[in-house]
Amino acid sequence: MKALVAMSGGVDSSVAAALMLEQGYDVIGVTLKQWEGDNGEMPVAGCCTVSDAEDARRVASQLGVPYYVLDYVDEFTEKVVDHFGEMYAAGKTPNPCVECNRRVRFSVLLERTGALGCDVLVTGHHARIRHDEDGYHLVKAVDGTKDQSYVLHMLGQRDLERVRLPVGEMTKVEVRERAARMGLRTAAKPDSQDLCFVGNGSYRSFIRSQFPDVARPGPLVLGDGTVLGEHDGMIDFTIGQRKGLGVALGERRYVVDIDANTATVTLGSRDELLAKGCLVDDVSFVAGELPTGTRVDTKIRYRSTAVPATIGPKGDSWRVVFDEPQPAVAPGQSAVFYRGDEVLGGGVISRAVR
Amino acid sequence: MLYLDHAATTRVRPETREAMAPYLDDVFGNPSGIHGVSRDAKNALERAREEAAELIGAAHPLEIVFTGGGTEADNLAVVGSALAGGRRGAVVTTAVEHEAVLESVDFLERLGCRVNCIGVDRSGKLDVAELLTRVDQGTAVVSVMAANNETGVLFPLRHIADEVRTISPDTLVHTDAVQAFITEDVTVAATGADMISVAGHKFGGPKGVGLLYVPREIELEPVVHGGGQELGRRSGTHNVAAIVGMVAAMKATVAERRAARLRIKGIRDEFETELRRAVPDLEITGAEQPRLVQHSHFRIPGVAAETLLIRLDQEGLAAAAGSACNSGAVTVSHVLRAMGMGAREASECVRFTFGWSTASDAGVNAAGLVTRVAGELR
Repeated sequence: MKALVAMSGGVDSSVAAALMLEQGYDVIGVTLKQWEGDNGEMPVAGCCTVSDAEDARRVASQLGVPYYVLDYVDEFTEKVVDHFGEMYAAGKTPNPCVECNRRVRFSVLLERTGALGCDVLVTGHHARIRHDEDGYHLVKAVDGTKDQSYVLHMLGQRDLERVRLPVGEMTKVEVRERAARMGLRTAAKPDSQDLCFVGNGSYRSFIRSQFPDVARPGPLVLGDGTVLGEHDGMIDFTIGQRKGLGVALGERRYVVDIDANTATVTLGSRDELLAKGCLVDDVSFVAGELPTGTRVDTKIRYRSTAVPATIGPKGDSWRVVFDEPQPAVAPGQSAVFYRGDEVLGGGVISRAVR
Repeated sequence: MLYLDHAATTRVRPETREAMAPYLDDVFGNPSGIHGVSRDAKNALERAREEAAELIGAAHPLEIVFTGGGTEADNLAVVGSALAGGRRGAVVTTAVEHEAVLESVDFLERLGCRVNCIGVDRSGKLDVAELLTRVDQGTAVVSVMAANNETGVLFPLRHIADEVRTISPDTLVHTDAVQAFITEDVTVAATGADMISVAGHKFGGPKGVGLLYVPREIELEPVVHGGGQELGRRSGTHNVAAIVGMVAAMKATVAERRAARLRIKGIRDEFETELRRAVPDLEITGAEQPRLVQHSHFRIPGVAAETLLIRLDQEGLAAAAGSACNSGAVTVSHVLRAMGMGAREASECVRFTFGWSTASDAGVNAAGLVTRVAGELR
């Protein structure tokens, strides 16, 4: 059996490659070149840089496995970066890591795994795959603080059959210990935080430069229509944001709404930020069929706790009603449905229901 | 392993290694010194220069300038002649030159030089008539490669050089003969060029060493400044061992060229014949044009070059696609773009290049392997 290991140059995918070797697989390491600077080379700052690829290459070399850089610039630009800009233009808050997994990593790369002579695709994600008589299950990582099952919710049965996530069975501390024991140069490398295509600058300055029309100014208003002033561009705002609003108000105000048509940003109190539920589009379920029952725990952001909710189909979408109203339900983010540690499925929030 | 990427680099020849050995050991001197250790190194350097001059057909040994490789030779020729005497001379070149020339030309354009890049047709043939219309008295240098490094297509250099001289006698003709030197007759007389770039590692010499043939009366602005070695044209302590090694490889290459040409052409042709038979819709780039005998550049429609090359590497066959960038990802080459190829087609092109160390059954074996792997991918 041969494994294609997507190596980012970080410690998780380095150890993933080592673990597959230990399990007796032949291994090929690849780094996806997803983004390039004006000169056509890989970026030198931020994530997914030349030096990350170099780390991946060195680890592959140390493990004695072949290593390649695969060119996914066109796909990534079209399917992830352009989409990222379009979502912001629509006043939404996209999650490009989810879209990259959905549209690049676990679609085109997974489809290519066989062509590259491999049986399974391996990544360094912290999540687990279980298999029983009902099929494949996607389960939270052993290390709850590093769990990445949220960004993998789009995986279906056919995907999980061909995907392996070996580091999901370990805590991050164990992963680093393992890497250190094997003398891998990535053992103490800090976790990446930035969006890979944004580099050192903020994603806002990136969007300003790449999608200038998204940065168009507009009015800053209160819920009752009171105009507080003018803002420099929608891109500076996210639902639930409290800092950097550009206006001084007597009480705490949050961004509660962004209207892309008029570039209007509405501020409000914490109460106004609360949503009773949301509508979710492009929903898929890991099992490939609808879950039994309507009670789930829903996670509405990568870094948030799953909260109890009731779900049900509504036209082509799904409606989610939280037991307790939730703050900062941002259209564009994924809503992921859990039951216990298991991911049932999820989709993209299209709007909050207040 | 089947190594069919000789256009990228080659294995060092035994003659090279043997010639270099003393200069990595006892004869370690800096040729610019006054003492005996230096004199021995200086003797070796100047002997190498004499031999290189003879092999290239130069009138005098000092017409050979040793450089740190082919790229540096190209830079010195193109940038050096356009900027000579404080001028901003015009440059005419082709759209399919190696980056060493194209990026130099781009640099000159930023400095205010007039620049013309002449295109090629779908088969890689240069539009010579168009090139000649761009040459005038203000043209400092015309740089045209002897053969393309990706497709292997040969350009009618002698004809171009003669015509350029008729239009503008003071215009210099430079040729990047880095690939052509391996199997073509690259001499001053055969090319008709005023300046010729050669790189050692393409024909069994070491990496990081090259030469530029350039007569002394041609004024050049140096691109590497320093201690004034090589008549001030290329400063920096001589890499004596590498220079001696390169010239030893040149000698062996020229001595064997006629036979090697036949042998390598035989292997290449066998490869293409076998592959054509197995893959009828195979498209060989530049097949209608005269091309280097060691090059086979082709696409198998529907098979991505990146995937094919990775699979072949797993099978122990080393070949190449477009030019590689820093990270090693395969990117669409400017040469194929200039030939009017779409991104899709270009991304399916691969390059197999045969060389001095290629075994006689390599063509058949490689064709069999490509056929099998491509069959699995289609």
